[in-house]
Amino acid sequence: MAEGQIVAGLLAPHPPHLVYAENPPQNEPTSEGGWEQLRWGYERLRKSLEDVDYDCIVILSPHWQTYVGTHFLGLERFESLSVDPIFPNLFRFKYDVSVDVELSKAIHDHAKEDGMAVKMMENPDFRIDYGTITSCHMIRPEWDKPIVSISSNRGHAYYSVEVMQEMMIQLGKATRKAILESGKKCVIVASNSLSHRHFTTESEVPEDMSVEHISSHAMHLWDMRMIELMRSGKSQQIVNEMPEFVEQAIAESDGGALTWMLSVLDMPDEPAILHGYGTIIGTGNAIMEWPSRNWRENS
Amino acid sequence: MTSQPVKSLVVPAHPHPLLAPEKNEGWGKIRKAYDNAREIIEQTDADVLVIYSTLWPSIIGHQIQAHPNPEWVLVDPDFHDLGSIPYQIRVDTELAEAWHQANQNRGLESRKVAYDGFPIDVGSVVACKLLNPDNRLPVVICSSNVYANRAETTVLAKSCLDAINSLGRKAIAVSIMSLSNRMFTTPIQPHDDHIHSAKDDEWNLKILEFLGAGRLEDVAQLSRTIHHQIRVQKVVAFKPMWWLSSMNQHRNNLTGEVLGYEPIHGAGAAVVVLDPTSSGQGDKEYDEDSIETFAGDRDVLGERKDQDSVESEDRSSHTQHPELWEPTDTHTSVNSHEAPKPVGAYPHARREGNILYLSGVGPRQPGTSQIPGGAIKDADGKAVDYDIKAQTRAVVSNIEKILHEAGASLENIVDVTTFLIDMDRDFKGYNEVWAETLGVYGPTRTTIAIKALPTPIAVEMKVVARFGDD
Repeated sequence: MAEGQIVAGLLAPHPPHLVYAENPPQNEPTSEGGWEQLRWGYERLRKSLEDVDYDCIVILSPHWQTYVGTHFLGLERFESLSVDPIFPNLFRFKYDVSVDVELSKAIHDHAKEDGMAVKMMENPDFRIDYGTITSCHMIRPEWDKPIVSISSNRGHAYYSVEVMQEMMIQLGKATRKAILESGKKCVIVASNSLSHRHFTTESEVPEDMSVEHISSHAMHLWDMRMIELMRSGKSQQIVNEMPEFVEQAIAESDGGALTWMLSVLDMPDEPAILHGYGTIIGTGNAIMEWPSRNWRENS
Repeated sequence: MTSQPVKSLVVPAHPHPLLAPEKNEGWGKIRKAYDNAREIIEQTDADVLVIYSTLWPSIIGHQIQAHPNPEWVLVDPDFHDLGSIPYQIRVDTELAEAWHQANQNRGLESRKVAYDGFPIDVGSVVACKLLNPDNRLPVVICSSNVYANRAETTVLAKSCLDAINSLGRKAIAVSIMSLSNRMFTTPIQPHDDHIHSAKDDEWNLKILEFLGAGRLEDVAQLSRTIHHQIRVQKVVAFKPMWWLSSMNQHRNNLTGEVLGYEPIHGAGAAVVVLDPTSSGQGDKEYDEDSIETFAGDRDVLGERKDQDSVESEDRSSHTQHPELWEPTDTHTSVNSHEAPKPVGAYPHARREGNILYLSGVGPRQPGTSQIPGGAIKDADGKAVDYDIKAQTRAVVSNIEKILHEAGASLENIVDVTTFLIDMDRDFKGYNEVWAETLGVYGPTRTTIAIKALPTPIAVEMKVVARFGDD
């Protein structure tokens, strides 16, 4: 069996506004558009992956929050309705998701061998979180690739950003090992925003772009700094600055997805591609791609 | 007069007492404590449970569940192996609407949620299943805003009391929360469960000592300290005691009883009942301001109006209602103080022989002119979402009051003409309520779409009833 491959790492934010603005048939509410810079960014990302052969999307979303270890979806199919608890007016999405249980279990097993607390989620009534659904839909609206969905352990809340990152780096190594052994080609997705201070009010027309902006100048500076580090391939520096970033920008990378993704990519020195940046209800969001398929053997 | 809840409860958030009480002695004890709390509720004359859940985070202000019958099968994101929790909850939509309105009146950002499949949080579902298993009482559930601090949470309770008082409800206030919330971060065997640390246990016992003595405001004053000492920093503050204390007018001399305290996967789980009866413990030893109106900055969108213009808008919102009249009083008129005043010179009903002709009846509430289910347009005349079912129920209720005044009842109705302002949107919901209410008695019916009604309502009914001997 050929060795597996990580064809790309993605930073793919998941505010449900993006799906709402796309008006897909699966989503009940309809819109007049909005957040085009980000949606066009996702369009560029999809174009970049258009001719890339891959088998599976492996995603970590901060909206499946677990406190007792890290959990993995463990059934082959989940079909239900996802309603965003924060923005139910925007996101009521009927989903039908296939799971690569074999790969999911392999990552679970490797993480367990490495001493991590892990659990397979095998309850058929479980609802997949809206972060996973939004990011996956924006990356691959055809829904023709199975996914591996990994929960966000709240190590940051329990301990510190430093401990959270140690756990996510460990989980990233286990994920990488499992993928390479599986012979599968995978896209790795960190589903999170950058700065994460929301407005606490909503415009009467949610997609009214005349009132959309970053919540503060400081948040903008942090977002741009992180994007520059990504664009210049400074993964380790991102990890090093993560505690300050999380504290000062209330960054959603506190959920561990970004650190985990960089670890799966083996802390790349190669630059990431910025496909788009924009704000959503005050939060900062970047769509980034690490095209690891083009870098080096076995990456 | 501002009233207090009939009882106030603190209950834990995890599903173990519901799904696996037999697996651990402590989880079983919490289940029994829940059962005791349910029995205490059943002995009161309360007519609604008002729930503040720390497990339902919100960002756009506070959200209030307003779906009349939310229904789903819930699975806990962490403890999914314990099983699924099918639920169906009965919501007091009228109180939900009133709380939402009261929030806005007190300067809070607020919105109702009424969507099929909305993910009600595990704490609320567990509390409803164990405290109110047969839906005997309707409930109202409110979120915990992630950015809210003491001022906002204190005012949230006051607006809740406004709503309860305006509708004459007798409420049980339920705060869903762990005490110490540090769980074990690895799986444990049920028999190994214990409070995560001695320090957490000691703090929990101190909190319970205060609550057992009815010193609720003291615990509220300690919220920030508790948050730093025994709470994993998932959110910015430990809020439920602020809400519960404000619901009880910041009293420190309630009568408290701790029905149970046990660990659930390391966190401190307690069931506490607080009764408004004075315990003689004395008043609070210190306090902070009891804010009446939230004035924090929420103007990030740059489009909010200043207070003067808001007040002006409030005044203008009243002008969209026509002037109210006293009902015309003749020897055959039938008028009820329990029904909303007319918008012109006519009676609520007129009796001719044994036939009773009712003037058109809408859903407005007497005294407040509040519209259950919401008005169809805002102060600017812009269309807004409303609940046709709640409006229709209110119409039927008003009809019943007028009939009662004449010594008749719903079963005396022989013919109804219904006016809907949006047939496509509203017929289904209206028809469902009809089937549950008037349809049971079998009057003839005609339903007509019209362009508008004098007040911002979506439904009105014209009723003819026959009663007494021919």
